Amino acid sequence: MLKEKLMKEVFTDFIKENILADERIIIVDADLSKCIGSNPLEKEFPDRAINVGISEQNMASVAAGLASYGFIPFITSFGPFATRRICDQIMISICYAQQNVKIVGTDPGISAELNGGTHMALEDIGVLRSIPHIVIYEPTDNVEFAAMLPQIRDHNGPVYIRMFRKCPPVVYKEGDTDFNLFKAKVYREGKDVTLVATGLMVSTAIEAAKQLEEDGISAEIIVCPTIKPIDSETIIASARKTRAVVTCENHNVMGALRSAVAEVLCEQCPTVLQSVGVKEQFGEVGKMPYLRKVFHMEAADIVVAAKKAIGLK
Amino acid sequence: MDYKELESFAKEIRVNIVSSICSIGAGHIGGSLSIVEALTLLYKKHMKIDPANPKMEGRDRFVCSKGHAGPAVYAVLAEMGYFEKSELLTLNQGGTRLPSHCDMNKTPGIDMTAGSLGQGMSCAVGIALGAKLKKDGARCYCIIGDGESQEGQIWEAALFAAHKKLDNLIVFTDYNKYQLDGAIEEINNLEPLAEKWKAFGWNVYEVDGNCLEELDKAIIAAKANMGKPSMIVMHTIKGKGIEFVESAKGGCHSMSVSCEQRDCAVNEIRGGLC
Repeated sequence: MLKEKLMKEVFTDFIKENILADERIIIVDADLSKCIGSNPLEKEFPDRAINVGISEQNMASVAAGLASYGFIPFITSFGPFATRRICDQIMISICYAQQNVKIVGTDPGISAELNGGTHMALEDIGVLRSIPHIVIYEPTDNVEFAAMLPQIRDHNGPVYIRMFRKCPPVVYKEGDTDFNLFKAKVYREGKDVTLVATGLMVSTAIEAAKQLEEDGISAEIIVCPTIKPIDSETIIASARKTRAVVTCENHNVMGALRSAVAEVLCEQCPTVLQSVGVKEQFGEVGKMPYLRKVFHMEAADIVVAAKKAIGLK
Repeated sequence: MDYKELESFAKEIRVNIVSSICSIGAGHIGGSLSIVEALTLLYKKHMKIDPANPKMEGRDRFVCSKGHAGPAVYAVLAEMGYFEKSELLTLNQGGTRLPSHCDMNKTPGIDMTAGSLGQGMSCAVGIALGAKLKKDGARCYCIIGDGESQEGQIWEAALFAAHKKLDNLIVFTDYNKYQLDGAIEEINNLEPLAEKWKAFGWNVYEVDGNCLEELDKAIIAAKANMGKPSMIVMHTIKGKGIEFVESAKGGCHSMSVSCEQRDCAVNEIRGGLC
């Protein structure tokens, strides 16, 4: 059952299947293969699961060289080292050179938990989002992720996957396959406020919607796993209906989901907007319940933001 | 092919470089002129390529990691017939296929984009690794700058290429002793450079990089070498072959070239008086 798996297992199972089935697939690690789960692949497929050691810049550009040779490399590291540390290599070797490299950054935002502030990617999407043509995807749960991975493989161009490693909250039913990498999904229909959520904040938004319902407020939930390119059509359709939007993300509110949604709304459908996410703070060490509290990322915070948005209509 | 013929080819490359840079008024002339002999030997003698089929499967690849030497590579590609020589005069013009720094998506014959220093070398390592995985017998050649060797990524790539025993990778350092801001030894010295590469597990040659015969011998030896990547440290002269550029020393990294200077340089290269 997918719901019992760690998300990293969904990823490594996919890589293993594809190494066996598709000679173009290569995974490149930078000394975190034991954390990401690709370590056994290095033993089983030494030519196709490569470890460059602790040298992320080299990893990104080596992958670009491999891609220029017709391979499809998936490069992996913890989120901050797979993005902000190698931003220029992603920009020049991969994106500017139009190389088909997939970038996997794990432990998004506060899910880095006990690794603390240095390992907490709260700005990775913001760092990458202004690079032309890169696709930025944050899986919602294992069912969706398993369905999206083949689409990511088949998309001819760079994709950043912001991957949780542990067992994620279940959002979709086992067997659901109706997912499109470039479409957001209306998960729950509502009429008073729209909650646009990504990643780990989707299940928090679902919980918030239930609490809002108890208060007589009907919340629509849009699951928006692909932050770039953002599905403006689905967001605008919902904003036209509810006239109030709240973004919910496990990232600094600057540069990622809130910014992308605000850009869409301001340009095409001016709508009241509130946001839940990290606000002008660095990450810090702690377990998830503590971190959700200090960064105001609990369901109760979404409820407050939703009521404020409705009040501003 | 004898060295006389290669020498004539190298002269034409220098004429092409000065002409194309003059067409836009200024450019990276010093570090373009210093690698002419290396490019001549690679494209005229050593690389398995087909100018009529720039994407030929199994071809040898070349990465100009010091991407600002684009004008030198374009000069060679045009001379080899990848595109018309007249196109050299579009260098850096809006809409050109010949941008200042090498771009694989713009120019026929360019195998890898470069410009942000240090990255091209890692890309070359990836290409050499790809060739090994595909077992197509292709080699990857790469030129890095001496100033570029101050980038940490060069040494990440060096470590990994040796670890992977990429003997199909031959890298050249254009050791012309100057970087943009001045003399290498005054800014951030590389010495002992050859020893550093040896310590990183590379097969190392140290030659006069502007001497065709000496450089050719090193390339032949590097190709025959098994089990290690090869580094050819080329002692070169920045601006080699054109007096007004050479004499500018560190000042020739990027400099203006007037029509008068170009005419004089073309005469000088072809053996006439300025």
